[in-house]
Parts: sequence; C-alpha cells; structure tokens
Amino acid sequence: MEAEFEARIERGETIEPKDWMPERYRKQLIRMMSQHAHSEVVGMLPEGNWITRAPSLRRKISLLAKVQDEAGHGLYIYCGTETLGTGRDELIDQLLAGTAKYSSIFNYPTLTWADMGAIGWLVDGAAIVNQTMLAKASYGPYARAMIRICKEENFHKRQGYEIMATLAAGTPAQRAMAQDALDRWWWPSLMMFGPSDKESPNSAELLRWRVKQKGNDELRQRFVNLTVPQAHAIGLTMPDPVLTQDAASGDWISGPIDWAEFHQVITGNGPCNKERLAARNKAHDEGAWVREAAAAHAAKHRKQSAA
Amino acid sequence: MSNDWPLWEVFTQPPGGAPHEHAGSLHAPDAEIALQNARDVYTRRGEAVSIWVVPSAAITASSPEEAGPFFDPGNDKPYRHPQFYKVPRGMK
Amino acid sequence: MTAAGQQATGNRHQAPLVEYLLRLGDDRLVLGHRNSEWCGHGPVLEEDIATANIALDLLGQATNFLRLAGRIEGQGRDEDALAYWRDENRFTNLQMLELPRGDFGFTILRQFLFDAWSYHHLQALSGSTHADLAALAAKAHKESRYHLRHSSEWVLRLGDGTDESHRRMQAALDELWPWSGELAWQDDVDAELREQAIAPDLESLRAPWEAMVRDVLGRATLTIPNGPMRMTGGRKGRHTEHLGHMLAEMQIVARSHPGAKW
Repeated sequence: MEAEFEARIERGETIEPKDWMPERYRKQLIRMMSQHAHSEVVGMLPEGNWITRAPSLRRKISLLAKVQDEAGHGLYIYCGTETLGTGRDELIDQLLAGTAKYSSIFNYPTLTWADMGAIGWLVDGAAIVNQTMLAKASYGPYARAMIRICKEENFHKRQGYEIMATLAAGTPAQRAMAQDALDRWWWPSLMMFGPSDKESPNSAELLRWRVKQKGNDELRQRFVNLTVPQAHAIGLTMPDPVLTQDAASGDWISGPIDWAEFHQVITGNGPCNKERLAARNKAHDEGAWVREAAAAHAAKHRKQSAA
Repeated sequence: MSNDWPLWEVFTQPPGGAPHEHAGSLHAPDAEIALQNARDVYTRRGEAVSIWVVPSAAITASSPEEAGPFFDPGNDKPYRHPQFYKVPRGMK
Repeated sequence: MTAAGQQATGNRHQAPLVEYLLRLGDDRLVLGHRNSEWCGHGPVLEEDIATANIALDLLGQATNFLRLAGRIEGQGRDEDALAYWRDENRFTNLQMLELPRGDFGFTILRQFLFDAWSYHHLQALSGSTHADLAALAAKAHKESRYHLRHSSEWVLRLGDGTDESHRRMQAALDELWPWSGELAWQDDVDAELREQAIAPDLESLRAPWEAMVRDVLGRATLTIPNGPMRMTGGRKGRHTEHLGHMLAEMQIVARSHPGAKW
C-alpha cells in the first residue's frame, strides 16, 4: 500500500480524505494544516488591534474586511484538517493550551498605523509566496482551501502596499512611521519561511510527499527578490546594511538572519506570545455560554419537531 | 463543539444557471445558522445565487476502494458517446 | 418661480436634510464601530465573520450617508471630515448605539432592537421624494433585512437556550429597553422633512416596530421591563460618557496628523 501511495504521489495524483495514506503523512498534514489555521486566527489579533483606530472610513472598512477574510481562511483550513480525523475542538484546545505552533510573525506587536501597511505588504506578501505553492499540495482538501485563499489574499497585499506607499509619500511624520514599520517587520517576515532547509526537520519529507514543492530558502529568496524593488519604488530604505544584488542572478542577497530571535519567538518567549494566547483563551471562555445556548436551543427544537 | 455544533457541507450555485458546487464546510448548531454562516463565509464576493447546506453526516459517499468496480466499466462502453455513431455526410 | 427664488427654497430645506443624513450616518458609524470591536474576540469563528459582515455593512452605509450629508452641506466636508473631525457634542447618533459592546448577548440584542427599527425606517425612506436619499435607503434596507434575520434568530437562540443564556439576555433587555425610547424621537428637523415628504413620521413606525420586537422577544421567552425610558438627547449632541472614549480611540490617529492623507 505504501508503494502504491508513493506511486500516486509520483504521478501527481491528488490524495482525498478517504484514500489510504501512511500514518506519518496524515500526521504531517494535520500538523501543517492546523498550524496554518491557527496562524490565520491568531493573525487576526495584531491587525484587529488597529480597526478601531483606522484613520479613514475607507481604511477602516478595508482592514475589517481583511481581518474577516483571515477568520474565513482559518475556517477553511480547520475544516480541511477535520477531514483527516481530528475535530476542530481538539485543534483549538491544543492552540489554547499552548501546545500547538502557529506562525512566529504574529507574536510581534503592532505599534503604529503603519504596521497595518507593513503587515499587508510583507506578511501577506510572504504568505502569498508560500500559499501559491501550497495550492498544488498533494492533499485535496488542503490544496482546495489554498486556491480559495490565494484568490482572496491578493487584495490583502495590495491594501498593505497601498498604505505604505501613501505614507511614504505623505508628511514627514507619516514617512518616518512607514520606515519604522518596515524596519521592525522586515526580518520577522524573512523568518516566516522557516529555518534554512539544512536545519528544517520536516522539509525533506514534505517535499517528497508533494505537500510542499519548494524548499524554505528558495521561497525566501523569491520573496526578497519581489519585495526589495517594491520598497525602493516607494522610497523606503531596506533595514539590511549588507543587502546587495548579485550581478549574475539578479538575486538580492540578504544579510544574516538572527535565528536566536526566531527560536525565542517560536518557543513562546516572543514579545506577544502570552498576550495572543490569553486573548484567544478569553474569547473562547467568554463565548462558551453562547455556543452552549445555541446547541441547547437546537436540541430543544429537534425534540419538539420529533414529538 | 463537534457534537453540539456539527459539521455541514456547503454547496453554492453561481449566477448563470450552472449546477451547485461544493464550496467547503462549516460548523453550526442548526440549519438556519448554517445557511446564514454559509452566506457570510462562502459568498462574500458575490459568488452565489443559491446555497444548500447539508449535515456532513447525511452525505453518503462512494468509497475509494470500490472506485474500480464502481466507475471503470463506464470507460469501455463507447456506444454511450456520440462519436460511436456514423451519420451521412452533411448531416449534423 | 425665479432662479433666485428656487435657490432660496432649496437652501431652506438643506440644513434639516443635512442634519437628518448626519443622524442616519452617525447611528451606523457608531454601531458599526462597536460591532467591529468583536473582530478576533467572538465566541466562534463563524460568528466573527458574521459580526464583521454586519459591521462592514453599517460602516458602508455610514460612509454613504455622511458623504451625501457633506455634499449637500456644500462646505467641502467629506465623510472622513465628518467622522474624524467632529467632537462629541456634534454627533447625532442614538445613545443606545454608543453603549459599550458588553457580552455577545448584549451586542445581539442591541443589534436586534436597531435592526427592527431600521427595517421600518429605511423601508419608509425608500419612498422619499429626495432621490439620492431614497436610493441609499433602499440599498441599506436590503442589508438591514439580512441583519434583522441574523439578530432575531440569535435573540431566539440565546433567550431560549440555557438558563445562563436566558439570564444574560434578560439582563441585557432590562438594560437596553429604556434606551429604545429614543428611536422614535423627533424634532423640527423631522417636521420640516415630513412636510416635503422627504422623511416619514417616526411616530408611525413605533407601533410596527414594537409589534415586531414583542413577537421575537416573546418567542425568546424574554420579558420586557416596566419603568421609565432614559432621557433622550443623542440627536441633539447630548451623549453618555461612553461616546467620548469611543471617539478618542476612533479619531486619535487621524487627529494626530492634521492635513494628512491616508
């Protein structure tokens, strides 16, 4: 059965929920998909932080629509993960208990309005590079969720870049705000792609099973190449003193990433890890009575219609 | 949530007369909330004129192990396809 | 009538119309803002999306009404100038809408009371002799019908759910009901516009609103409290202490950068 599974992968076939799959494939997918779903949901918080302070109605509406989309993305992927045999309850419990991982980037604070621009441009920009690849993942429900997400994600990045461009062309205070946001969000965005493939324990297996099609470093380089010219186009300076363009390949070569910081953040000691989890726990606890009430009402009325 | 807010499958019909298509799933306590949530989750970008929500448990699906006997025989029955039939030249 | 005469007549009706549009816009701006506070903090992901949807519709309606108000006023104020650069005593929203969001039940019940009112109010306004207002009202009415469906279904589920949900909803109703008296409050602004068949008699909407509301609350096993209505004042810029804090948060970034574009 293993051989047939590997052959199916080799042939580029899509694996569906009821198909036979190695237990390890199932586990890797549950891990990867649930982490992705958790990231979308936790990701609502740093941006949600600025909805009430958005400085124009158009920006307020756009930001709220973006965060709403993120809730939807989390939902698509949770539902996709459930096809592998784990309930949403169980996944949420793992997140709330702090035993599940989610993207490190969302453990950083959003300190100014310009952070909304930086996040849309850089964080969603990085996510798009990743997700475009995942739309071809071997597991059907994940790939389909990714296709839906990719369609919606494009406006997120444009919105962010438009905010940055507007700020960079604005008053001196706005320009400084934009530059400061870029300074703070650039390196964490690069870390979103995960450690170098040499250090990444899961990469090899995920590549073999066509869950991922490209390695972390390749995706990171693609993101850097896309983004550096965009920063230059709006007059912002990259916060990387050794960033240079390789004449032969055209690649923008970054300076060293501070992996110690990455490690701190993913092991729970980032600037906002505790706050993010506390917020999710609070929402979950305070919402329990609502979920229970809806279930109770449904049960009452099922009884009534059965009678 | 899994027991009290069961999983529903959502099917949406785009404008223009095409059939309903599976859009995804969601959790809801009852049909009315499932329908409303389906509208909010899956049709925000004007993608639908009609929505069906079905409890996932109500769906009966063919199983992959049976796919061979279930589907294959259809491939070698060309008499079901128009190309099998010859008509005089000029006739459509 | 001479051109000058027409101009004079037109201007005479502009001030009340601007005021009326501000009321429509401010209600939706304030309520939309309060709803948006739930984003990321709702009881379940599906409801986060639903609540955001309602907030987005309301903010969109607010944008439209405020923009029209500014255009008719003719002093160069657009929707952002009105939303971000007026002080508390210039806001004309109902006080009920500026109250803090409370628990999910409070938010839903407040939304329901407003939706039931909006349903009737916007329906009447769809027949306004002012074409632009009628068009905006018709569009908003469609959205309002969906909001009403959502909020009323949740009032039923929470009112007639568990003992705890019933207790919370009754507490919410006890607190909110006295604020609802302001919904049908009218003054000379309404009177002027009634004369021109631009706006309806709000008093005529009170009975259908109450019938609709009593029906749903009854089915939700909730009891409407007795007791006096709260003092009005929202339409005249007299608000609760809550609005100041809300606007401080809402306006801070815009106000910190006068003249800036966003």
